[in-house]
Amino acid sequence: MADHDNIKVKIKSLYKVFGDNPQSVIGEVQQGMGKPELLEKHGHVLGLNNISLEIPERKIQVIMGLSGSGKSTLIRHINRLIEPTAGEIWIDGEDVLSMDEAALRDLRRFKTSMVFQKFGLLPHRTVQQNVEYGLKIQGVADAEAHERSARWIARVGLAGFEDHYPGQLSGGMQQRVGLARALATDAEILLMDEAFSALDPLIRTDMQNILLDLQEELHKTIIFITHDLDEALRIGDNIAILRDGAVIQEGDPQEIIMTPADDYITDFIRDINRSKVIKVRSIMSPGGVSGQGAQIPADTSLEAALAPLSKAENQTCTVVDKSGAPVGTVSLNGAIAALTPPESDEPVAMQY
Amino acid sequence: MDWTEFPEMGREELRDLKKGIDASFREFSRAYGESLEAFFNPLLQFMIWFERLLLATPWPIILAVVAAFSYLGSRSWKISIGAVLAFLAIGYLGMWEDTMATLAIVLVATMVCIAVGIPIGILMARYNRAQSLITPVLDIMQTIPSFVYLIPVVMLLGIGKVPGLLAVCIYAVPPIVRLTNLGIRLVDREVLEAADAFGANYRQKLFGVQIPLALPNIFAGVNQTIMMALSMVVIASMIGVKGLGVPVLRAISNQYLALGLMNGLAIVVLAIIIDRVTQSYGRRLQAHRNGGDHG
Repeated sequence: MADHDNIKVKIKSLYKVFGDNPQSVIGEVQQGMGKPELLEKHGHVLGLNNISLEIPERKIQVIMGLSGSGKSTLIRHINRLIEPTAGEIWIDGEDVLSMDEAALRDLRRFKTSMVFQKFGLLPHRTVQQNVEYGLKIQGVADAEAHERSARWIARVGLAGFEDHYPGQLSGGMQQRVGLARALATDAEILLMDEAFSALDPLIRTDMQNILLDLQEELHKTIIFITHDLDEALRIGDNIAILRDGAVIQEGDPQEIIMTPADDYITDFIRDINRSKVIKVRSIMSPGGVSGQGAQIPADTSLEAALAPLSKAENQTCTVVDKSGAPVGTVSLNGAIAALTPPESDEPVAMQY
Repeated sequence: MDWTEFPEMGREELRDLKKGIDASFREFSRAYGESLEAFFNPLLQFMIWFERLLLATPWPIILAVVAAFSYLGSRSWKISIGAVLAFLAIGYLGMWEDTMATLAIVLVATMVCIAVGIPIGILMARYNRAQSLITPVLDIMQTIPSFVYLIPVVMLLGIGKVPGLLAVCIYAVPPIVRLTNLGIRLVDREVLEAADAFGANYRQKLFGVQIPLALPNIFAGVNQTIMMALSMVVIASMIGVKGLGVPVLRAISNQYLALGLMNGLAIVVLAIIIDRVTQSYGRRLQAHRNGGDHG
């Protein structure tokens, strides 16, 4: 896509301090006072610590962190469900923090929509009415709202359940309603707050597939919060890892696996299935291309590459990009070496 | 100093204080009594009209209406047949007119309480300050002996339907205010946050999310309000409200056991019918909550 580098959401030096009088301590926090010291000295809790993020248009940006890392706080700043203590938030070049109530409502009505961990459905309304909810708030006429919601209900596979109440549906089905409700408003930005975390593993995979399928055709800017690394690696075009309210590494999934920024992340990625996640393009040596021998697409996973590599002449293959042009070479030894996770210097199991 | 005797205010001063309060309230009622009466006049006309309507309606139609309402409310044949039988017994034992009069004041009082109480409850739910100001007032309304507020009400408005209605409402409005406030405050924060995230404004949240989800609680408040209005019927009859309370009062002062018992039981029967019907209606209001067999 030509415009894939446009920045949709820009967050700059964002701080959030929780407590009685955040403004009184924000100066010291900006000077670098840490979370424990702030709690000890002033009784305030540091929620977000100097976050700067540029979220590209039409991509899935994952924000990952364990509980208490501030990820849910961060996503709520984007549509200002939570007010920051200091910093800037820009959407499409518009300053979100300077918006008055009406402008903010319009932002929430037309530009962003949200999917919640516990679904946040209206229990007294049917599936159809829930999906129509955002449209009704936008002021869309009944007939059109009905028609659009019916389309999205069918799209997430809930046709036939229009007149059920959320309480009559399973968790996975309820979250499909949540997803349809968010998509129905045609907002360009989809905020997903641990949207699949409350679901069983199988259902979760299912929902991830639905989301990826939809994204292929819709190309929304999706900001996806999760605590699950596998999920992050699976759906993220870009991942930011959050810890204690600060971003400790940001990059595409391959980057994070191949060059973890610190021991914390190294520990994080130790248990993932590297053969499935790592792509050939991440381990190839660029250049040296003869164009001869067996060819492997750059996006092949190591798992899938091992068999062709072992059969290949010199156990080396040429890596080709989508258009079929050779971009580098990869060897069986290189692939095997990449399967071993990097070691961290110290055991960090109890850190969070 | 003598510690057994409390250092009281002087007798004269105390008397003057009481006199002063009485006099100024009398002043107040002289100055504003008539305009207050004028203010309440539409309500009085409505009550008179409603009572006449109930009394002028042929009894079979009233029975049909009772049966229809209790069936619509409870969806239970048992309750509606019970209600009809109870009304037949009441009529047969010569209490039809008093029952209609009681029904009239209870229903009008309930309408007034709903009209006043729900907005106050909404206000309390929106502003913590309103809640902390209004809660003590509700406490006073519920605990102060009813005879005490009958005095100023009678001084202001005299004896009759309107002061009776006022007395009933003072006693009966707190539950609906409290339960409206509570119901709105208990609405799931996640659902409210979702409404916020989609850009709902205050009205859209109030009417689209908060009130519908608080409805079971609000309805429990309506039920309580009706019950309390019924229990005020005897006291209201002391200041000139017609109905089942009048014969009960006569029975107390003349020691007529049977008369007191029959009219008292008629009040109980009305209470039970209304309670069962409104409660099962309230339960149906939250049918969506346990509609499913899924987690």
